[in-house]
Amino acid sequence: MNVQVSRRGLLKGIGVGLAGGSLGALGFGALEPAMAASVRPFKLAQMKETRNTCPYCSVACGIILYSLGDRSKNAKSSVMHVEGDPDHPVNRGTLCPKGSSLLDFIKSETRTKYPMHRTAGSSEFKRVSWDFALDRIATLLKEDRDKNFIAKNGDLTVNRWTTVGFLGASATSNETAWVTYKVIRSMGALTFDNQARV
Amino acid sequence: MTNLWMDIKHADVITVMGGNAAEAHPCGFKWVVEAKAHNNAKLIVVDPRFTRTASVADLYCPIRQGTDIAFLSGVAKYLIDNDKLQHRYVAAYSNAGFVVKEGFDFNEGLFTGYSEEKRDYDKSTWDYELGPDGFAVVDETMQHPRCVMQLLKKHIAVYTPEMVERICGSPKETFLKVCQMIATTSSPDRTMASLYALGWTQHSKGSQNIRAMCIVQTLLGNIGQLGGGMQALRGHSNIQGLTDLGLMSNLIPGYLNIPIEKDANYADYISKRQFKPLRPGQMSYWQNYNKFFVSFQKMMWGEHATKENDWAFDYLPKLDVPTYDVLRGFELAKQGKMTGYVIQGFNPLMTFPNRAKMTEAFSKMKFIVVMDPLQTETARFWENHGEYNDVDSSQIQTEVFELPTTLFAEEEGSLSNSSRWLQWHWQAQEAPGECKPDIEIMSELHLRIKALYKRDGGAFADPILNLSWNYATEDSPTPVELARELNGYTVAPITDASGATTPAGKQLDGFAQLKDDGSTACGCWIYSGCYTEKGNTMARRDNTDPGNKGIAPNWAFAWPANRRVLYNRASCDPEGKPWSERKKLIEWNGKQWVGFDVPDYGVTVAPDKNMGPFILNQEGVARLWTRGLMRDGPFPTHYEPFESPMANIPFPKMKGNPVSRIFKGDLADLGTSAEFPYAATSYRLTEHFHQWTKHSRINAILQPEMFVEISEQLAKEKGIVKGDWVRVWSKRGSLKAKAVVTKRIKPLNCDGKIVHVVGLPQHWGFIGKTRNGWHPNTLTPVVGDANTETPEYKAWLVNIEATTPPNDRVA
Amino acid sequence: MADYSSLDIRQRSASTGTPPDIRRQQEVAKLIDVSKCIGCKACQSACEEWNDLRDDVGINVGVYDNPHDLTAKSWTLMRFTEYENAETNNLEWLIRKDGCMHCTDPGCLKACPSPGAIVQYSNGIVDFVEDHCIGCGYCVKGCPFNIPRISKTDNKAYKCTLCSDRVAVGQAPACAKACPTGSIMFGTKEAMIEQANDRVVDLKSRGFDKAGLYDPAGVGGTHVMYVLHHADKPQLYAGLPNDPKISPLVAFWKGGAKVMGLATMGFAALAGFFHYVTAGPNEVEAEEEEEAIDMKARGARRSADEIRPS
Repeated sequence: MNVQVSRRGLLKGIGVGLAGGSLGALGFGALEPAMAASVRPFKLAQMKETRNTCPYCSVACGIILYSLGDRSKNAKSSVMHVEGDPDHPVNRGTLCPKGSSLLDFIKSETRTKYPMHRTAGSSEFKRVSWDFALDRIATLLKEDRDKNFIAKNGDLTVNRWTTVGFLGASATSNETAWVTYKVIRSMGALTFDNQARV
Repeated sequence: MTNLWMDIKHADVITVMGGNAAEAHPCGFKWVVEAKAHNNAKLIVVDPRFTRTASVADLYCPIRQGTDIAFLSGVAKYLIDNDKLQHRYVAAYSNAGFVVKEGFDFNEGLFTGYSEEKRDYDKSTWDYELGPDGFAVVDETMQHPRCVMQLLKKHIAVYTPEMVERICGSPKETFLKVCQMIATTSSPDRTMASLYALGWTQHSKGSQNIRAMCIVQTLLGNIGQLGGGMQALRGHSNIQGLTDLGLMSNLIPGYLNIPIEKDANYADYISKRQFKPLRPGQMSYWQNYNKFFVSFQKMMWGEHATKENDWAFDYLPKLDVPTYDVLRGFELAKQGKMTGYVIQGFNPLMTFPNRAKMTEAFSKMKFIVVMDPLQTETARFWENHGEYNDVDSSQIQTEVFELPTTLFAEEEGSLSNSSRWLQWHWQAQEAPGECKPDIEIMSELHLRIKALYKRDGGAFADPILNLSWNYATEDSPTPVELARELNGYTVAPITDASGATTPAGKQLDGFAQLKDDGSTACGCWIYSGCYTEKGNTMARRDNTDPGNKGIAPNWAFAWPANRRVLYNRASCDPEGKPWSERKKLIEWNGKQWVGFDVPDYGVTVAPDKNMGPFILNQEGVARLWTRGLMRDGPFPTHYEPFESPMANIPFPKMKGNPVSRIFKGDLADLGTSAEFPYAATSYRLTEHFHQWTKHSRINAILQPEMFVEISEQLAKEKGIVKGDWVRVWSKRGSLKAKAVVTKRIKPLNCDGKIVHVVGLPQHWGFIGKTRNGWHPNTLTPVVGDANTETPEYKAWLVNIEATTPPNDRVA
Repeated sequence: MADYSSLDIRQRSASTGTPPDIRRQQEVAKLIDVSKCIGCKACQSACEEWNDLRDDVGINVGVYDNPHDLTAKSWTLMRFTEYENAETNNLEWLIRKDGCMHCTDPGCLKACPSPGAIVQYSNGIVDFVEDHCIGCGYCVKGCPFNIPRISKTDNKAYKCTLCSDRVAVGQAPACAKACPTGSIMFGTKEAMIEQANDRVVDLKSRGFDKAGLYDPAGVGGTHVMYVLHHADKPQLYAGLPNDPKISPLVAFWKGGAKVMGLATMGFAALAGFFHYVTAGPNEVEAEEEEEAIDMKARGARRSADEIRPS
């Protein structure tokens, strides 16, 4: 599912936005294609639009991600440009200096791409497989839980585990947060916090 | 936020204090600019620095960091002394007339019941006097010497304009101008919006900073009104959601609590939380606590949560301390008592106070796991980066995993913004390399751990083995499947009050349908309504705004119950008529409440039935007095930051907040003003978002390098030249940065002493596109707010001197 | 691209032919309301992103301005000035977005010796056509605002295009679209002047008696204009010229008389032209017309619509 409103509705929204600036019939005339071509080419013409939300602050500006690639089975789509969603009631198409450069965030050279592992005393990361990483982490967690789980404090049933800490994020979706909550709390973990304070 | 971003346009006065909205929330701040342009609003900024917000303010007032309570108590005193209250509102909608028990007192900075040994209060004298009918005694004339209004007057009497100037360094005339401007909103047709953020929360008395403004806003009758309210501008895109969903030591989704050791069983646990109303006619929402809780347990453990096993009450861990928050977590790690940390989308090495302590803590753990779309300093705490991270890798035994995750453009789901809107978003591109969504990583970990317990057994495995996991693809639940769980569904047929029946297996319409008999399951009661039988309400994108009120009720979903302005019943007078036509939001039409927003009230409850407008509070009214709800007192009181250049002028015996928790080692790490004479504070810049955007080329161009800001006077005193390198150090560490020498920071005159402010923005590290640098956490002290454990990042002490460049910058 | 075969070119550098005058478009303008600007640099960011520019990562030299000056890869930037107003005793942080002013009488175009390297469209946008640029740097000397920069990599001149590519398809320039507070507005020059007048009234009511519009006559007016709190002292705003004029040297070198003649003709044509566009024979599709009417109705809802021009 991409844009949930009908395309018609969205296009109309944008059209209204432009007319609102009384630009429809200005600038270079009646949007004559030949005219547009004689100026500078408009690069978004062939791109797909996807509605999304800016991941930074809590204003939660609506954004439109412009991507190339139709996401058919063998095509990889890639975001080429990010702009404010003109229909959004809060930001109304605007974006701050962070939102305006989301493209460089998405395409950052310092994104993580593969599971990496550092062993005790080593001075470098080594690439590992997901299976190795997940099996090893599951084992480490279970080992410590079995060792340090406190079932009783005197007569009281307390069923807690405090010796491995968990930190939730601040930009993950509610759905991610919920599955994280389920997994962590079901282990009886209490050393659990998020980024609300910083 | 009690209100929403667009609502700010209705404000007549906007006070930005404890935040810097233009800088941190530019696109939300447009509504302040709009209020100025089209509602003739006045903008007040109170801040130690002349900020970007101040650059468009009508009135700027300087203040020494950490003295907001004195300032705001002074404002409250001004309002009372000059009779600038919205009288009917205060009388009918606040607890001003409630009579407090005998025995309460306040002396030399301490309330009754203090134990120095426990650093805590026995709060039994902080409650209302109850009448023979079990309800609170109320003196509607507000004259009883023990009523809240009289106690408040007495409590804030010390904060005269002269005292405010002595404590805060705010010039008396400017302070009085602020008071006068704020006081104009005491009339029923004028409102003030208070915009704040971490400038209030990141103090050892952060919660009470906010309480102080709540008192001002209640006296002015500005809560529940268009253009009014307390607008907490949350920092991150979904930190509202993470908090709503209880990803904290002591929470269950929807602000329910994790049980403590003393809660022996389900009945005992519920009986302490199902608050009873304190006034006749009042309802208390928390009387439904059992329904929310049982439905949550049913969603967690399905058929394994039964009436017979106390709804799987023992599957939940029980707390022996108030919380295992991050400050405690890393203190335990430093003591060698933590085995590992699993860190999702977070960079604690460059966040939590006292970087040296953080490095020590990480080095003592057996393992850490970092899940992040970006390479973080935390995942590389063991890697030597010269003086920016001077560690010896060979001496660090910690095993480290760095797991690559997708980011917003590569996944779908919902985020909850500051206005409590849950907005769905859609995927636009495939993830690079082998990045996985966090949902898959958490699911795979769960399935692997479960398999290990199934095969080998181990410590109390039932809650893991029985965790409900009904997803089409086990190792990859879809966001839609998870959202449907958050909304909740019927487990068995249910019948509502009107006799209508809903069969089993249907999505709920909202939390009103929740039951305590196991027939409903719901992950987070306040989110109920986000994914109903009609579909995904979070994906709604109809921006129609009836009446141009800035409500847009069909855009996404807002909790609770799609209500956009909380406490909106208070926008009407006691008879149900709007205080002013201009700010009409809802009204009583003789039969029911109608209007532009979902009423925050019983829809058919008539105004004369004595139900208070603050239905979440036991009192039904707004609280000037908080009873025992705050650890550090029923009223806010001025205390100095734990590191401060000043003594506590009104209460010399009580320097810092007497109930803030501080660990022994951290206490020893506090510096004095003799050694560290300057008042430091940390903050964000608009060009960056925390340490994320240093990975983005454009943002690196816009603000490439760490700097500190100081006044021209301090620069002259210390021989520091604009653009040169300076060293800033505290008792806990030292860093280097460029000097920005500015007129926007001025020395403050506090009680005859000149206080210099040193400002440190917080966006640099040793990975990314920006120049290498430090984070202010190299310097900050480890002490938290007494109620929330939010670290005191906004006020501490440093020294500063001109210095030579770091090694990698020597030409 | 961008020669006289396009009917929307008003002037073209180093060209003697008279442009055809059969299709003139309404003039556009960007209005920068300095009193609403919070200096967030969203405009800088959006400009870099949209135009695929990525300047070098610099250093901090003790101020907020970054980069420190316009470059071939930074076509706009915020300039910050801390001003202590002696009359009010208030500190003012004057923040001005710097960049090409798109002069009606462009000194760069006058100075340019390469045919077609600089063009002015009939809507007022002055654009550089890099294909024809010879990198001589005369445009830099000809500009009274010190805007164009020569690239060290390809030795061609660069500056703000007013996003002619976006304007061509009816979109606002990237900076105006992004601007969070609506400090940067974009529309017809007429509408922008009207908007500016409203703002000046508000500023005067807040004690800025000398508030006004900056649309300097010395360059025939500009298509980037400012609302200033202190319109009597443009220099306060990081050296914005009080009375910019094309250097007499440039004017002389290019044959002033001819240029002035052209400009006069342009203005004369303009007067008749407004009617043409308002009533205009542009092919408007029924649906667009409907929406335009819809917008007129919405225009009454000032607060909702005026915060964003687009």
